[in-house]
Amino acid sequence: MDLTYTPEEEEFRARLREWLAGVLPTLPPKPPPEDWPARRAYDLGWQRMLYDAGYAGLHWPVDAGGRGATPTQHLIFLEETERAGAPYVGAGFVGLLHAGPTIAAEGTAEQRARWLPPILRGEQVWCQGFSEPDAGSDLAALRTRARRDGDHYVVSGSKIWTSHAEVADWCELLVRTDPSAPKHRGITWLAMPMDAPGITVRPLKTLAGSAEFAEVFLDEVRVPVGHRVGAENDGWRVTMVTLSFERGTAFVGEVVSCRRVLGELAREARKNGRWDDPALRRRLGRLNAEFRALWRLTQWNVSEAERSGGVPGAGGSVFKLRYSHARQELYDTAADILGPEALDLDRPWVLDRLSSLSYTIAAGTSQIQRNIVAERILGLPKGR
Amino acid sequence: MTRSVHFQLTDDQRALRDGVRALLEGRFGRQALRIALDTPGLDRTLWRELGEAGFFALTLPEAEGGVGLGLPEAVLAFEQAGRVLLPGPLVATHLAADARVPGAATGEAVVTAVQGGLVEWLEEADVVRGDASGAVPLRSVDPLTPLHRVPDGGGRDRLADLPADPLAVLLTAAEQLGSASRTCELAVQHARTREQFGRPVGAFQAVKHLCAGMLERVGTARAAVYAAAVTADPLDIAAARLLADEAALHGARDCLQVHGGMGFTWESDVHLHLKRAWVRARRSGDVTQSEEMLAGDLLGDPPGAVV
Repeated sequence: MDLTYTPEEEEFRARLREWLAGVLPTLPPKPPPEDWPARRAYDLGWQRMLYDAGYAGLHWPVDAGGRGATPTQHLIFLEETERAGAPYVGAGFVGLLHAGPTIAAEGTAEQRARWLPPILRGEQVWCQGFSEPDAGSDLAALRTRARRDGDHYVVSGSKIWTSHAEVADWCELLVRTDPSAPKHRGITWLAMPMDAPGITVRPLKTLAGSAEFAEVFLDEVRVPVGHRVGAENDGWRVTMVTLSFERGTAFVGEVVSCRRVLGELAREARKNGRWDDPALRRRLGRLNAEFRALWRLTQWNVSEAERSGGVPGAGGSVFKLRYSHARQELYDTAADILGPEALDLDRPWVLDRLSSLSYTIAAGTSQIQRNIVAERILGLPKGR
Repeated sequence: MTRSVHFQLTDDQRALRDGVRALLEGRFGRQALRIALDTPGLDRTLWRELGEAGFFALTLPEAEGGVGLGLPEAVLAFEQAGRVLLPGPLVATHLAADARVPGAATGEAVVTAVQGGLVEWLEEADVVRGDASGAVPLRSVDPLTPLHRVPDGGGRDRLADLPADPLAVLLTAAEQLGSASRTCELAVQHARTREQFGRPVGAFQAVKHLCAGMLERVGTARAAVYAAAVTADPLDIAAARLLADEAALHGARDCLQVHGGMGFTWESDVHLHLKRAWVRARRSGDVTQSEEMLAGDLLGDPPGAVV
């Protein structure tokens, strides 16, 4: 067991730090959260800077246009960019972390050449059309229908929880192509151009009061058969390749930022006198232990992925269960420190507290995660 | 790219873990555990065998007759001891061997220490570290750990009130981790085989979620304990202690719950895990000290600073 970095890795970190220090002051001001076109421009601008500096698609395979970095280098990248306060992937999220890796793993040479370079260069935005009103945790129950008409699929149905749909160029879409097959075997993965006729995007206001997501309604949308990645009815397997990416290193930056917030909370508590309450100090101490452990668990999982050749192991589910709860506890503690100001939406951490409520739901609720852990890792029998 | 951060067990560490597990399961399996329960006193033959196997001398340099390994290896060995509920003042004797107390490394001497206001196995001990004067026996809740209480000393600070030795805390956390991992296995085994309402109880989601929660705590605690073994940093150790205590205490409780009525019997091993976990949690001193130390760290206070 080793927690030291190799000279190559330290050099990688040093070069990255130096680059960040030079480039971050040149960034334009952050756009207002409700201005989607401005947010798209800002996020893609940052991606272009990464591309020009050779940091785009760091962990993607070289033959997909990536840098073929090790999971540890990727970890260092996420850690350092968060520490330096660099922008998050934002509008690039689905392209860089879901659709792109799926196309890289399952797409034809032609599909890779067409779709991957614009993602890496920060020219195109992808969104994700997976969840449906009646297919949440039970994603395989999705009903959006695609029927074949010559060399097109004709798609009708509705999708929900689609981030960046308003400004996306493409949507990675899961559709049902064989309604008579068992639910996991009749699904197909399509790349749908968002300017196709028949698509309606309606912003979805969340409990945090903002429209971070959208509903996407599809009415006889024609998608060329050549936009299918993987075989017809093999979309579930193709998608699982994508989802395993999500549970790998998706939260690295967030753990780093939670640890920073924890320090800010302690300083705020000392300033406003709440620090004198031993119960609060103990709670903060426990959160410190929690996030230290989550950081170590991240390093453990990354090392495991490195050893097994990039396949995220069981650690991903354990991490997600623990982290989503810890994040909620962090912001509940923030509210405790803020006192009456915890009810003021203009105070820091109050909106974060609201958005933390999604963490035990998004990408598989904690309850479904526990079923998965119990059945797939512990080998308990399936049942209700 | 060359080798990167490998926060994973090396092949040698796996071999050591498996070797210690095989040794302890062979020498102190379930039957031996139940015999020990009915036999007062410490098995000195077993103690010497542990000494001969190098259990107490893992971190002692080879030049002094030790095994010459590091803290991570000691942690792996103590994790295995926690799994099988190996009795005796293991942590105190290991630390005594490190401190060159004669006979400790070879298992010829049983060494105990004053920890958390208590002394374990005082009457069996050849050497006592710390001030155990005036210690009075209590009827120990753990049938496999005889305990003496050290008097408070009229409000004066005594050894019992000082923060515990970080190495003792770390090795204790390793034992807690082993126990937590074992109770998770016991719960899963039971849930797979015990049938009610015509199906294994593990098919019920409520039972599944208890088991998944146990694994979640074990997985998180393991990362914290192993990291603390690598860094030996007092803050990492304090964090590891909190996580490992939680995994062991909560895990034993949930394991008991999954076992239903059987879990409440003397015949089940579950209560032995729970009771030992209580003893170990106490051995590491007040939880408040670990929490305050980690809270102080958030303000940049050095470890050990009194708030």
